[in-house]
Amino acid sequence: MAEFQNYTMNFGPQHPAAHGVLRLVLEMNGEVIQDADPHIGLLHRGTEKLAENKPYNHSIGYMDRLDYVSMMCNEHSYVLAIEKLLGVRPPIRAQYIRVMFDEITRILNHLLWLATHGLDIGAMALFLFCFREREDLVDCYEAVSGTRMHATYYRPGGVYRDLPDRMPRHQNAGNRSDKDIKRLNEDRQGSLLDFLEAFTNRFPGHVDEYETLLTDNRIWKQRTVNIGVVSPERAKQLGFTGPMLRGSGVEWDLRKKQPYEVYANLDFDIPVGVNGDCYDRYLVRIEEMRQSNNIIKQCITWLRDNPGPVMLDDHKFTPPSRVEMKDDMESLIHHFKLFTEGYCIPAGEAYAAVEHPKGEFGIYMVSDGANKPYRVKIRSPGFAHISAMKEMVVGHMLADVVAVIGTVDIVFGDIDR
Amino acid sequence: MNKRYQALAARVLSRFGDQLTRVESTCGELTYELAREDLVATAQALRNEDGLQFDTLIDLCGIDYLTWGQAEWQTKDATGTGFSRAAQRETVLPEISDTFEPRRFAVVYHLTSVSRNHRIRLRVFTGPDNPPIVPSIVEVWNSANWYEREAFDLFGILFEGHPDLRRILTDYGFIGYPFRKDFPLIGNVEVKYDLTEGRVVYQPVSIEPRTLVPRIIRDDSRYASGQADEAADG
Repeated sequence: MAEFQNYTMNFGPQHPAAHGVLRLVLEMNGEVIQDADPHIGLLHRGTEKLAENKPYNHSIGYMDRLDYVSMMCNEHSYVLAIEKLLGVRPPIRAQYIRVMFDEITRILNHLLWLATHGLDIGAMALFLFCFREREDLVDCYEAVSGTRMHATYYRPGGVYRDLPDRMPRHQNAGNRSDKDIKRLNEDRQGSLLDFLEAFTNRFPGHVDEYETLLTDNRIWKQRTVNIGVVSPERAKQLGFTGPMLRGSGVEWDLRKKQPYEVYANLDFDIPVGVNGDCYDRYLVRIEEMRQSNNIIKQCITWLRDNPGPVMLDDHKFTPPSRVEMKDDMESLIHHFKLFTEGYCIPAGEAYAAVEHPKGEFGIYMVSDGANKPYRVKIRSPGFAHISAMKEMVVGHMLADVVAVIGTVDIVFGDIDR
Repeated sequence: MNKRYQALAARVLSRFGDQLTRVESTCGELTYELAREDLVATAQALRNEDGLQFDTLIDLCGIDYLTWGQAEWQTKDATGTGFSRAAQRETVLPEISDTFEPRRFAVVYHLTSVSRNHRIRLRVFTGPDNPPIVPSIVEVWNSANWYEREAFDLFGILFEGHPDLRRILTDYGFIGYPFRKDFPLIGNVEVKYDLTEGRVVYQPVSIEPRTLVPRIIRDDSRYASGQADEAADG
């Protein structure tokens, strides 16, 4: 009989199922994985070093580019770290706006995750469904910040500006019929909050659609049940957070356990899995979308009833308004100082973490009293999760590697930083 | 600082005594410094003992304290003479010696207890050794594996007992430790496609480093009185 040997296979770095630039060196015995060695760093841009060489506010935009499918959550952690060191808290309305956009971001992230995870393991139609809903949410990003992805909307001391009273409408550029434009503009007649409310009313129905396609689907279950099982003990030992940890049955969510902003005032549940396999993590994330939808609804109600400032008035680190600058010398000086040299933060160190859609996203910031951070360490959830890749795929088939990559919810922006 | 952390601080003090030195924090966090000889034993105790139970290593990172507290602009004596003369941009040259300042490199550990819901931060200085070295804690928390590789890659800190200490984020064949403060922001080499040789080649960087905003340290009297600490408690 002929002798067979293990062989090594190179997966990626340019593979559509690698979700970016993951190079995976696999040792295979037939179609079974014996060993996996992920090579990362192909997207390493040195964000931390760049941040050390810039005034604090200049790096907020870099945070968007870390995990580029959950932009505002990254910013959130960064501005929280600055606020912690400064010892300030933003106005309550700004906190509600941040929470609302964190949850919008969570839905955005989970929709993209569901779309690509589905695409990877054979559920093609889902991709189009998910992107239909994402479109509405990135429009909300655009309405408040002017950009669809890299918002730079959160600032130390609040958010850049209040929610717009008028939702931007589609114009006919000649590529659509008037009937189409009218349908697209139906929900856009009022403010951003009206548009979002209409979205939250129809979104649970859309989640039902996704579930109809997947939850009891025989093929979906064959591809995900009992794949990549992680026990709760191992999950903690491997530094898992977020849906990866909850999928293994550990009840841990920073929004509940160490509430930041106004999460303590809001009513929501934390879904947890039982078996810790890909299917349970799928169920956890689906339920998280429903819970996020509820949180957004509560925020909309509160924001409607409570107008107020969205930025602190302390012009040592927040810019004064243009109107004030016209006839107030001190405001002009503040503006000049802020936009030339920035602000200095007292010496010290702080770690601020948020419950990012992928897990715990934290910023460890060290200041020596200068106008630039001395050291910024970005604790990204994906880095810990992908380091456990080997443990999750060994013994599975090659096709399951794709399912595991999908369930980990990999985005290389935040793994490589 | 809230009650939960006061209780934890008391627990840590009674258990470890002088082994852990508390560092004052302005934002209600617990930070301890310890000698690297005590690291593994302390880590094991922190993970296993009742009341501590730090079951997750949430983060591990290196820090280079080489240029701590250095500003490029002397704000007190030079503001009258204009920006260009006041800004001092001396390039920090790499140290070539067998030893470092004992408090130059540090490794910072962020621990979280999922079961008891508290956090703690440990800092270990590497001492004067060149290359800097600390014991590995992969055996205590497996998630340290890649974090230690990262600290090795970016700072050149060695972790004794690490099963597989390779570079992780930088390019294959990269030379130097990019996050050290004496490593220039623009790097040392650049790559381009050489037409005559018909392949990608490395060459020394051709761009000039420049700073748009100088690094400035200002003492702010508002933060001297511990105002920040009170706000963090609120």
